[in-house]
Amino acid sequence: MKTVIAEELVKTYDKGKVRALDNLSLDVEEGTVLGVLGPNGAGKTTTVRILSTLLRPDSGRAMVAGIDVIKHPDKVREVIGLSGQYAAVDEILTGYDNLLMFGQLYHLGKKNAVTRANELLERFNLTEAAKRPIKTYSGGMRRRLDLAASLIVKPKVLFLDEPTTGLDPRGRQEMWGVIQELVKGGVTLLLTTQYLEEADQLADEIAVIDTGKVIARGTSDVLKKQVGGERLEVVVESAHIAKTMQIVAAVSGLTPTLDEGLRMISAPVSTGSKALFEVLKNLDDAGIHALDVGLKRPSLDDVFLSLTGHSAEKKEDVA
Amino acid sequence: MSAIGDITIITQRQLRLLTRVPEVLIFSTIQPVMFVLLFRYVFGGSIDTGQPGGYVQLLMPGIFVQTVAFTLAGTASGLAEDMKKGLIDRFRSLPISQSALVVGRTLGDSLLNIVVLAVMGIAGYVVGWRPSGGLLNVALGFLFLLLFGYALSWVGVLVGLSASDARVVQNVSFIVTFPLTFLSNAFAPTTGMPRALQYFAEWNPVSTMVAACRELFGLENQFGATAGSFPSENPLITSILYMVIIMVIFVPLSLRRYKRSAD
Ligand SMILES: Nc1ncnc2c1ncn2[C@@H]1O[C@H](COP(=O)(O)OP(=O)(O)O)[C@@H](O)[C@H]1O
Ligand SMILES: [Mg+2]
Repeated sequence: MKTVIAEELVKTYDKGKVRALDNLSLDVEEGTVLGVLGPNGAGKTTTVRILSTLLRPDSGRAMVAGIDVIKHPDKVREVIGLSGQYAAVDEILTGYDNLLMFGQLYHLGKKNAVTRANELLERFNLTEAAKRPIKTYSGGMRRRLDLAASLIVKPKVLFLDEPTTGLDPRGRQEMWGVIQELVKGGVTLLLTTQYLEEADQLADEIAVIDTGKVIARGTSDVLKKQVGGERLEVVVESAHIAKTMQIVAAVSGLTPTLDEGLRMISAPVSTGSKALFEVLKNLDDAGIHALDVGLKRPSLDDVFLSLTGHSAEKKEDVA
Repeated sequence: MSAIGDITIITQRQLRLLTRVPEVLIFSTIQPVMFVLLFRYVFGGSIDTGQPGGYVQLLMPGIFVQTVAFTLAGTASGLAEDMKKGLIDRFRSLPISQSALVVGRTLGDSLLNIVVLAVMGIAGYVVGWRPSGGLLNVALGFLFLLLFGYALSWVGVLVGLSASDARVVQNVSFIVTFPLTFLSNAFAPTTGMPRALQYFAEWNPVSTMVAACRELFGLENQFGATAGSFPSENPLITSILYMVIIMVIFVPLSLRRYKRSAD
């Protein structure tokens, strides 16, 4: 069953001058994660806002958990959780106060709201900071609290708009862990992101969007195949180039390319860090010291380049 | 009813904000108290009121009305701030009565007014304000002040939700509120104004409110060119009419705006 369905959504801003969504269609199978991947200004936030009843589309249809979003927004609100692009929690209140307030607004009753607030604080590793005002929280803590607030009543469908944008690598890792836990619990999740790696980590299926349209969709494997997967890059002394080319070719199975100026040899690999390890070991056995070595993951830019022929140029982020 | 429960929770949130940021409460009381002291001692000596008890008797109702009029700015900037931080989105995505957030906000701002008016009343008393209208009338006067602030708070909802930026909201609210409070009988009798301004001041809701409070506090109003006109003769009724008109226009407009915010 499709738990989220968007059909030919059109949304314009500024009296039709900005076409944010241009016949966008997508769907999410029950209990799975759809990653909506796109650069700034692609229409991710607009899509999430329409599906979560905050915005009406100019035309098109949207269903969430079998309920028409446009006709029965109040019913949809009972089954969804939303964590917007900017952590929407009350800065001045404490983490505990925030969760308590939202719990009460979900009509849990004071007693249950208290229990639930404490449960969520515990689960998101915020118990220690519970009695501090949000303005003292780090970006990652804010996002976790915001996510906690959207989980108060165990929603059937969860929308996360760029859950890790602006977080440092550690915050991002923590957030990924939290989201993966959630997904195990069986929630249907639509999440947006600008990072291919994030969609790869979290999503069962990815929809790539650009200028308000879905331009590709599929599992991350399918998309990565389209892009060419990871590339292994090794930099060595000039004297060792020939031998290194052989070693890399053996591991990759494909002919490596050579950047003579940088003395960098690179080749697509499908086994990631395993390939990296193998190359390093073989180089070592051959007595070659690598000056630099790394795996380059395909980025959103690579996906875009291969899908559209143009790169995902940054647009001003308005919403 | 769950809508009432929702509103109560939002109102509690407003009040909790006050305990977390005491500066808000302090500044919203310091400013009017400062006005009381400044006007009382700077102009008090030079304005001949012809009233027993001196200028401070006339002044206090004026400052009370001015203070509650600024509820408009408070509500507006608070909502604009919530909107900017995405909080409004979160509230709107909850399965709660869609009007709860704005109704709770207006009620919370009015509760703040109770505290502010009490502090001002005490400050006034210290510098010689002695209302003589009888306990019931004085209480009625304060009730009207609160209602006036409440009505204007709904104008603030619309301003706050319509503006793009909290600073714009501040500026717009002040540009609306300042002339209204000064082109009135609040601080000086209108009798000295040019005739045209007297007519404006006569119909100005701030003036009718001030005049109504003065009546309830046991003072006589003075009018120049406008003596005998309907608002001068019936300030209380005119003020109530104004409040009803403001609510009838702005409650539905503001709620509509809230439901469609960002569309
Ligand atoms: N309130 C708005 N007014 C005008 N234009 C907007 C508004 N919100 C978004 N846009 C425009 O719509 C397009 C899609 O925006 P958005 O959905 O926020 O993209 P994303 O979340 O993918 O960055 C962008 O070109 C953006 O500038
Ligand atoms: Mg966005």
